[in-house]
Parts: sequence; C-alpha cells; structure tokens
Amino acid sequence: MTRFRTYHEVSHDTGSHLLEQVVEQGERLKARLDRIGTVVAVASGKGGVGKSAVTANLAALLAQGGLEVGVVDADLNGPSIGRMLGALGARLADEPDGIVPARGAAGVRVISMELLQDEEDAPLRWREPGGHTYLWQSSVEATALREFLGDVAWGDLDVLLVDVPPGTDKIRRLLELVPGLGGTLVVTTPSELSRSVVARSLRLIHEAEVPVVGLVSNMSGYLCPDCGGLHALFPGTAPEELAARFEVPIWGEIPFDPRLGASTDRGMPWVLEDPEGAVADAFRSVARRVREELLGGRRP
Amino acid sequence: MKFLCVPCDAVMAFSERVLPGDGTMAAVFECGTCGREMALLTNPMETQLVSTMGVKVGGREVPVQPLETVRGSLDDARPDAFTEEAPSPPTVGPVRWSEEALLRLESVPRFVRGMVKRIYTDYAQERGISTISPEVMDRARSDLGLEGM
Repeated sequence: MTRFRTYHEVSHDTGSHLLEQVVEQGERLKARLDRIGTVVAVASGKGGVGKSAVTANLAALLAQGGLEVGVVDADLNGPSIGRMLGALGARLADEPDGIVPARGAAGVRVISMELLQDEEDAPLRWREPGGHTYLWQSSVEATALREFLGDVAWGDLDVLLVDVPPGTDKIRRLLELVPGLGGTLVVTTPSELSRSVVARSLRLIHEAEVPVVGLVSNMSGYLCPDCGGLHALFPGTAPEELAARFEVPIWGEIPFDPRLGASTDRGMPWVLEDPEGAVADAFRSVARRVREELLGGRRP
Repeated sequence: MKFLCVPCDAVMAFSERVLPGDGTMAAVFECGTCGREMALLTNPMETQLVSTMGVKVGGREVPVQPLETVRGSLDDARPDAFTEEAPSPPTVGPVRWSEEALLRLESVPRFVRGMVKRIYTDYAQERGISTISPEVMDRARSDLGLEGM
C-alpha cells in the first residue's frame, strides 16, 4: 500500500489560492471589527422572546445617549430590525470602503436582509443552479453573516449589536466569526419553556468563555394601565433560575406593553416615544449595565 | 484540497479553471515533475458549495466586492437596494425636540405629559418634521384641535 504524507506535510503552494482567500476574508473581517469598541450578541436560542425588539430599543437608547451604535440583523430568514428601526426602504451606498449601512432611529446604523430583498413578504431564497439547497444553505448563510460584519463600512462604532436568530447553532456561528465577542445579552421570558431552551444557549456561551453575559427578562409582567400594578404574564421564574444556575446577573426586567410592539411596527422604538414610561426605565437599566460592563462606563 | 502525483510524490499545481456549462467546474492541475495533467470535475452542487464560501479556485481575477456573495446569490434581490450616491435618509427618522419645546412640554401635567409628547411626535413624523419647536407645537395644536395642551 502506498504510504501517503498528511495534508499538512506536503507543500501548501498548489496555486489554487483557496487558503489565501480564506485567510484574506478573516483579515478583512478583523480589520473591520478592530474599529468597533465591542461586539455584543443579543441572543436567546428560543424564538418569540422579543430579541429583536430588545435589540432595537437598546440600540436606540444607547445611540440617543450619544454612542455610535450599529446593528447587524443576523436573522437572515426572519429579518425585522430594518423595520423596527425605521430604516425599511433605505438605499445602501456602495462605496470603495464597503457598503454604507442604513441609518435608523436615533442614527443607529443597520444592515438587514430586509433592506436587500425586493418583496417584503418573500421568503429568503438563494439562487440554486445545482439544486439540493440543503447541502450548501448553511455555508451561504455563514458567508452572508461574515459579509454583513466585514463588508459593511461600519466606521468607528462604540458598540455593534448582533441580533442572533433562534437556535444555538446560530450563536455558535457568530462565536466562530467573532472570537473576540465582547459579551452576550441573553433574552428570556419567565416561562418554563424558555428556561429549558435558553439554558442550552447559556451553556454554550459559558463553554465558549464569553467574558460578559447578562440576562434580560423580557415580558416580565403586564403593567396594568388602570391600577399601575405589575401582573404576571407567564407562570415561572426562568430568569431567576437561569441566573442562579449559570451565575449570571439579570440586567433588566422589561414589562410587557403592547404599545412597544406597535411602535416598533412603525419604525420608532418605544423607548424614544415614551422615554418616561416603565418600559424605557427598564431599558435604561440594561443600557446602563451595557455601558458599565462592556464599554468601561463610557458615556457620550 | 490538494492533489498529489503519486508516482512523483509531488503536489500538483493548479493551472486552469474552466466552466464548461451545466453547473460543472473543471479545475486542471499539473504535476511539475512529470508534466501529467488531471482535471477535477465538480457537479453543480459542489460548484455551488465552493461559490457560497466566497472563494474562487485558482484565485480571483477581480478584487473582492462588498457583499459579493449575498448580492450574487440572493434570488429575490431588491433592484434598487444599492446606490452610488450618498446614503439616503431613513424612511422614518428620529424626531428631535428643541430645548424651548421641551421647556414648554414641562408645563404639561406630568401624568399626561407622555401622551402629549407622543401626539406631537406622531404629528411631526407624519409630516416629515425632524425637530419639534414651539412653532411646530402651535401648528400641531391648531391642526389637531388641541388647544390647551
């Protein structure tokens, strides 16, 4: 039997230049991220907990406070950040340094698949000359996220928030692309179902040794407009249980307010529309922790 | 991926990439020692897989373009998503309050101040007004019949 040398034992100079191109992609991404103070994932693992609304409102609040803020909508198949930040329909300038992101509410810079698709309600489809999309869909989506991070001319940002879609695999993908991830905001609701799903994400994040992790308890209760009391929406104490098990702090408890959803539908985050309300107060608590824990207390 | 010329125990060098059609890619490699050539043929799925990684076998003829893979692969691409002009303003931008307008707002009782602020903000947004000044508040009161707010 022929005795073969291993892949790494033979010359790398094949002339195919594949490795060089992959290395160059990594260098381009790193150069872009080097100009960003910190990259923060807003993740959950579970759908329907309000990650995107948390991302949009937090981004707007930080930007309103004078920080330079960008948002990557990593939810390629269910994008919503463009609409929530009022950037839907914006055209993206194609400049030598990269694609200039759209500007949304409070001047937040944003890139989202929503801005690139023609029909608002069309499912995301990739050209598939060879068919068998399942074989390469994950590859093209990973490339799309890399391009969103590295090919967009973010400029000098204080913070770049990445709205991560449901699924622990999506969190892992971001961790591989951004090994220097500054922190993760893990969004959960009080429900028992959230607890079990979000625990998987927290375990992954814990194993990846992400330096800063904060929990956000979304829809933590319903603020009664008549009596002003906070009533439970979901049975369960998922945030407290998760915080204790993984030794992570709860950075904020966001009460449910149907007006928040209505305002983000209009492209104006609720924290800007009702800055004195209970929801804005809760978001201010999260924003303060982001500034303290991830931005070294940076203030405009 | 490398190709080894077994008789020579030498790495074969890439020499040519050809797209003969039907989604096939032919990558030709040559042994620098014995001159033997071989071609790797990929099926359409394999060709697509390489393409989605944003790399080209044999290197690039043109520099990489921003969002190249997304723009080249998206089936439902918005035709006017990109422009060479300066960035367009957001469809719905933030409405700012001038200091004078905020001062006047403080005269509104606190328990309805939030609601009043939203009314003025909605008014400004609907009319594309970027800054709410006392004049804008006066106009809104007149237009909306909100005398006294």
